[in-house]
Amino acid sequence: MSRLLVCPPEFFGIEYEINPWMRLANRVDHGRAMRQWHELMRILEKDVGVVLERMTPIPGLPDLVFTANAGIVVGRTAVVSRFRYPERQPEETHFEDWFRGQGYDVVTVEHELYFEGAGDLLGFPEYWFGGYRQRSDFHVFPVLSERFHREIIPLELVDSRFYHLDTCLCPLSGGELLYFPAAFDRYGQAAIAERIPDKLRLAVPEDEALLFACNAVNVGKHVVLPTGCPTTQAWLRMRGYETHQVQLDEFMKSGGSAKCLTLALD
Amino acid sequence: MNHYQERVCLQGHIIDSLVLAKVLDLILMMGGTFDLEDVHIGKTREEPSHTRIRIQAASRTLLDDILKAIQPHGASIEREADCRTDGAPADGVLPDDFYATTHLPTQIRLNGQWLDVDRIEMDLAIAVSEAGFVAQAVPMGEVRRGDQIVIGREGVRVIPLQRPRERDVFGFMESQVSAERPHAHIIADVATRMRQMRERHRERQRDSHVLLAGGPAIIHAGGREALTWLIEQGFIHILFCGNALAAHDMEADLFGTSLGYGLTAGRAVPHGHEHHLRTINRIRAIGGIEAAVTSGMIKQGIMAACVRQGVPVIMSGTIRDDGPLPGVITDSVLAQRAMRTLIPGVGLALLVASTLHSVATGNLLPATVPTVCVDVNPSVPTKLADRGSFQAVGLVMDAASFLSELARVLGRPT
Repeated sequence: MSRLLVCPPEFFGIEYEINPWMRLANRVDHGRAMRQWHELMRILEKDVGVVLERMTPIPGLPDLVFTANAGIVVGRTAVVSRFRYPERQPEETHFEDWFRGQGYDVVTVEHELYFEGAGDLLGFPEYWFGGYRQRSDFHVFPVLSERFHREIIPLELVDSRFYHLDTCLCPLSGGELLYFPAAFDRYGQAAIAERIPDKLRLAVPEDEALLFACNAVNVGKHVVLPTGCPTTQAWLRMRGYETHQVQLDEFMKSGGSAKCLTLALD
Repeated sequence: MNHYQERVCLQGHIIDSLVLAKVLDLILMMGGTFDLEDVHIGKTREEPSHTRIRIQAASRTLLDDILKAIQPHGASIEREADCRTDGAPADGVLPDDFYATTHLPTQIRLNGQWLDVDRIEMDLAIAVSEAGFVAQAVPMGEVRRGDQIVIGREGVRVIPLQRPRERDVFGFMESQVSAERPHAHIIADVATRMRQMRERHRERQRDSHVLLAGGPAIIHAGGREALTWLIEQGFIHILFCGNALAAHDMEADLFGTSLGYGLTAGRAVPHGHEHHLRTINRIRAIGGIEAAVTSGMIKQGIMAACVRQGVPVIMSGTIRDDGPLPGVITDSVLAQRAMRTLIPGVGLALLVASTLHSVATGNLLPATVPTVCVDVNPSVPTKLADRGSFQAVGLVMDAASFLSELARVLGRPT
């Protein structure tokens, strides 16, 4: 049974601007955000059948809701994130405390390096992709690669709207990949194409990429993705996945969607 | 020359991700060049790869820009240390573990800054000025007690030669020596360089001096007129030779012989073996070569051309010199010092028909100076290369033929 870490959006809101999606003037409808989040949880628990671990929300940390950025979990080891922006750095200790409380071996990266967890490190069982340049530093990947004996293919993120790797790339359990090519330079695009054959790759159209179609939660043959992404959804179905749409536009005001709101624990 | 350089390390899964390709492309696109050093490719997918990249750029600013551009892609500047120095324990004695120079451009790191070593030459030490702003190559014998001398290898870097922009014989920077190689294109390339040098010399540009080091075979073989013409036309700006070249040149002027052989008749002249002694004696009597030329005693030839053209001549004595002529430096350490003072500014060196003077001069030259070594005996250019002057182009050829052909290509009427 898959477990996901989530954090209720009690204190979610736009309190600063650290990516092109965030606008202080763009107020979050709190009630609507709560309803959207609970709908996502319902789908995950009831339709997908995962176990949810709920963190306690903290006032003043509006982005704690995006648990994908807590760190990464590999077996019983958790690597806690080190955020690039000071606005999110206070989240680090809360995530760290949570991991410790759950009995994980907690690993931290060097002080001068930035690493934003499963937002920038995701992949297949045999190898991972690491997104760098916008948030995480290139240098964390060789360190984590050595620690976990995994190949990590670094990919430069070249479009600030896709500031985390999980906003523009989504590996699936059957070896397929959803991605938005223009979020990568030609080297990254070539590296991806070299690894994943054409028929297993969906280059998500721009309009769906901007709705964060790639920010999907995949558990087994289930894919939970934002509403309004028919091309992506059709392709997933063609590949044999059961798709679940969920409206998460309140969270898009902050530059996050389904995947950002969860962290795979095992 | 891309004199500014920095080493960076890059590690991780840099091959399949094309990160290495991206970094190298960035360096080239920005106008730098690179050398890959210690490339290690992971043997399995999990095993990371790593490489060291030496980046060169034409300016400090460009190098900094390149470093700034590639650092986000994982390239980290190799940690570098300042060089270490120690005081010379006595006059003429270097600290035990002194750094011995090559003749390639060299830099030392002082207070975090890379500093060019002035007057680089092979087999010397590096002295650092008290303030730490000047580094200069120094011969062992010139060191004074307490001079700060670079020790060990840390904080010293040698910059490999860049392939010159000119696509001529010097571009290959190799000293293959063979009598079978065609000569014409080498001579043509030397002539082209000499024409450029003369222009640059007239415009008082730096590194525009042409140095010729030659032996008396130039006179015996019949190359005197051609060399005289080259000097008179302003193609040669410094002459290194011994007692003999000067003596036989003036002997030819006074007696028409070279070591007693009639240069035109081609046979021994009665009592001709005395001619060079009488020549040396007359020069000694008048006080020197310059006096001999200005007084009109010596009218034609290499020495006369040098005096008239203001070409400095360093004559270094050897053990069986007759006389010697006034001006010959008989203390070889002093001779070496005198030669060394004229090396800065040399942009082309011709080493012709002399084992001793060719090797001595060749080894005083930085590797950046294009050099051609001409000798009828292949062992001379080979010896020069074996002693480290790898940049010298060897030409197995008779001195007179070389000089005559060179002069002809440069426009001497035949």
